[in-house]
Amino acid sequence: MFTLIVDGKEITIEDGKTILEAARENGIDIPTICWHAATTANGLCRMCVVEIEGVRLLQPACIVKAGKDMKVQTRSERVIRARRTILELLASTMDLSDAPEVLAMMDEYGASAERFPDAARRESEVKDDNPMYIRDYSKCLLCWRCVQVCAEDAQYTYAINFDGRGFKTQIGTFFDKPIPETTCVLCGQCVGVCPTGALKPKRQYLLEQGVSAEEISVMNTGRKRRKS
Amino acid sequence: MRAVVPLNPNRVVADRTVSTTCPYCGVGCNLQLHVKDDFIFKVTSPFDAPVNRGNLCVKGRFGYDFVYHSKRVTTPLARRYLLEGKPRPENREQRFEISERKETGEQRIENGETTSHPVSSHLLSSWDWVETDWETALNIVADNLTRIYKRDGSDAMAVYCCAKATNEDNYLLQKMYRAIFRTNNVDHCTRLCHAGSVVALQQAVGSSAMSNTASQVIMNDVFIVTGSNTSENHPIIALQMKEAVMKHGAKMIVADPRRIDLADMAELWLPLKPGTNVPVFSAMAHVIVKEDLVNWEFVNSRTENLDEFLESLEKFTPEYAEEISGVPAEDIRKAARLYANARNAAIYWGMGISQLSHGTASAMAIIHLAFLTGHVGRDGTGLNPLRGQNNVQGASDMGAMPFHYPGYMRVDNPENRAQWEKCWNIEAGGLSLKLGLTTTEILSHAHEGGIRALYIMGENPMMSEPNLNETRKHMQRLEFLVAQDIFINESGAFADVFLPATPFAEKDGTFSNTDRRVQRVRAAHPPRGNARPDWQIICDLALRLESRLGLDTAHWAYSHPEEILREMGSVNQDYAGITYERIEKEGLIYPVPTLDHPGTPTLFTESFPRGKGKFHPLDYVPAREEPDDEYPFILTTGRLLEHWHGGSMTRNSALNETYPEARVEIHPADAEIHGIRNGDPVKVQSRRGEVVLRATVTEKTTVGVVFIPWHFHEAAANLLTNDALDPQAKIPEFKACAVQVFPAREDDLPNPEFEVKRGRY
Repeated sequence: MFTLIVDGKEITIEDGKTILEAARENGIDIPTICWHAATTANGLCRMCVVEIEGVRLLQPACIVKAGKDMKVQTRSERVIRARRTILELLASTMDLSDAPEVLAMMDEYGASAERFPDAARRESEVKDDNPMYIRDYSKCLLCWRCVQVCAEDAQYTYAINFDGRGFKTQIGTFFDKPIPETTCVLCGQCVGVCPTGALKPKRQYLLEQGVSAEEISVMNTGRKRRKS
Repeated sequence: MRAVVPLNPNRVVADRTVSTTCPYCGVGCNLQLHVKDDFIFKVTSPFDAPVNRGNLCVKGRFGYDFVYHSKRVTTPLARRYLLEGKPRPENREQRFEISERKETGEQRIENGETTSHPVSSHLLSSWDWVETDWETALNIVADNLTRIYKRDGSDAMAVYCCAKATNEDNYLLQKMYRAIFRTNNVDHCTRLCHAGSVVALQQAVGSSAMSNTASQVIMNDVFIVTGSNTSENHPIIALQMKEAVMKHGAKMIVADPRRIDLADMAELWLPLKPGTNVPVFSAMAHVIVKEDLVNWEFVNSRTENLDEFLESLEKFTPEYAEEISGVPAEDIRKAARLYANARNAAIYWGMGISQLSHGTASAMAIIHLAFLTGHVGRDGTGLNPLRGQNNVQGASDMGAMPFHYPGYMRVDNPENRAQWEKCWNIEAGGLSLKLGLTTTEILSHAHEGGIRALYIMGENPMMSEPNLNETRKHMQRLEFLVAQDIFINESGAFADVFLPATPFAEKDGTFSNTDRRVQRVRAAHPPRGNARPDWQIICDLALRLESRLGLDTAHWAYSHPEEILREMGSVNQDYAGITYERIEKEGLIYPVPTLDHPGTPTLFTESFPRGKGKFHPLDYVPAREEPDDEYPFILTTGRLLEHWHGGSMTRNSALNETYPEARVEIHPADAEIHGIRNGDPVKVQSRRGEVVLRATVTEKTTVGVVFIPWHFHEAAANLLTNDALDPQAKIPEFKACAVQVFPAREDDLPNPEFEVKRGRY
């Protein structure tokens, strides 16, 4: 057990906790996007950055361990500006329309969707290659949760991973094979952790495309007829 | 002004989310059904769910669309001869199509009266399915069951309960047959899956459920998985096994004729020939004894009959086992040492152990390992038969078995009988003490002087019984058959009356999962069409039967399924402390003897239900049919990740698109000899039948062994399987029979246009 100061409040925690865990256990909210209770934290989205006295750069609270006598600010001007910019960068390159939680953060941080009006957008066709779920990578913010649950965080199946480099990075399958031909077992753990609607159950997607429940029941429930 | 990203205007938002339990396997994952306009469009699972921690498999997450399938039957059906009051046609045919739909407005027959536009009479057949109303359908069932019962008595009546239905449904159906027809001819598919394990566990310890919970896998230092392709059949338990190996340093030993997915992470894979469990596990016991790795404290204080067992063990040297099973003796030694020297070790097994004509002995050989090492009765150890169906544990607990009332109370014990007579308002001595017939025996006794009327709730013997050509004859010999189901499956297609019931998403109740966790099932929306929840159908019918037979009522007026569970729990002590209120959020693990009892995750901590664990001497008995020159391969059967059993649910689902055809797995070495390439059509033939399907050439199977999943009616594996039974458990030998494989032509395939293109292992 040791003590540190977060936002001026003295808190006592057990060893080995991250700043995020320490703060949340003590009622101090730090926003996160890529972090998920069921996946290993990787500090990818940087939404959880905090300012630590004596440390030059902002630090991601989801992976940096809390330290004895650390002085942490979770809402300093610098932190807020960083978070707002992160949100604005995201909004400039991807489709956030199915990510209500991120949109709520944009409201909260006063982020503008048009701060970078000339930004190139990461756009791609909806991949509809299996009967269970669709992949709309225009809505992907590369949080990596889907890759993690496909691998050691749940399924040990390794069907998807990062593909490409830099701005062209996208989640994909090996050799861009259709999902059924990969090692995918269609468990949908990836769909369960996707924060932005990039991965959706096929039936939900069809409903959203205006296909009626009755039509879906006919078109998406097995194509074979029983021979009598 | 700040630019705002608009929310997707087409976004579908759930009217409500309903928390329930998955209807597929015995793991019992928690599902949140997202419902809009009475249509489930998405399933999620909370990440703090105690069983599955947010993880699901393809069936649980996506496989609920059968609820809305156009072939689902939601109006009662009767054969035309019944509605017109004519004699039954001579031949009982298997017919799926419904001749007349109410929706077409063409014709409707009620109480024998045709109400509009009759179809030209030369097109009509007495065996047509015709839609009718509940009143008519239930009266026909009640009249016919009463007629046969009055004429032929209790022994002519039999019922199949259903491991897919709720505890409440099963309790009521066995109650109806026991209380009204005074027969114990009550069974369900547990007979076909773990009967061997149940009998062995009953004899050795006196209780037949998993001794520990699946979530304790991560507490194992060493664990054995045998006869279970866990990744495909209990996918979420397989994740916990993988986690145990990858994150907690556990060592896994896989003993299976197939190189299943788990073998990749195993310390040792013992590729035993199907049907050679007894020599392999007895050889492990032999090593444990000879190398003195025995936990003598446990053996001396907790077990009995060791000497007789040791005598029978003498011949089971690892070399002897190697000769029979093909598993290298050195690997058997290693496995024995690993298991015996572990601090906490457990065994998880599936039907590769039980589905043999010596299934009981097979399970017993495993139980001995736990006795010798004391790896039972503590957290992270145990004897754990992985139960297949979502509620096979529950249906067994509910007395849907020919030898037991609910709570495993023997039916031939007058004291047990007296308790249920009191509960069901029956005169003293009214219930039958005679042991009933088992699932397989019920059908083989379908003849004059034997079983005349059969009631099937949800089961599908025409897919799940061995040697289906024989089963077909038995079905045809029944005098009256009722099917209560959601689809007309291969068995319901033989029925006289079809009663449309509701799937899991349209009823309330409880399921008991493989590790004895009793969890809530909740309706997501009202029944489709005129379908009714099973428990309501049974109560309605029971009252009609009682009035026809002039019986005092055994109580059938329930306003909610909870009252049914409470009635059952008033006698079955395992469930005495379970109320719906207590399991509102999280299930309870029985035994829960009192209302303040927290449940019992680990059994046998102090003693076994029978007192001391009993060793049984074993001998090696080969599978009833061994390969020979004419039929040189061993066929073993099993299941696939994407499908469920006879296919009523998954073959009427998008799941079918992911795996639309049966394939036979054959080893590359065998395939080469027979000139078979991957994807080629082949004919697989046994002494009892043949099927044509595509071959998958893969090292997932071993040399001399071919594998066919039994979900596909077009190439039903059970046309080939052997109906030899285990003498004690009466479980058929699904896991080993002799077959030959011939090349076939594309034209011979039942559906040449379908070909599975999947990359998964």
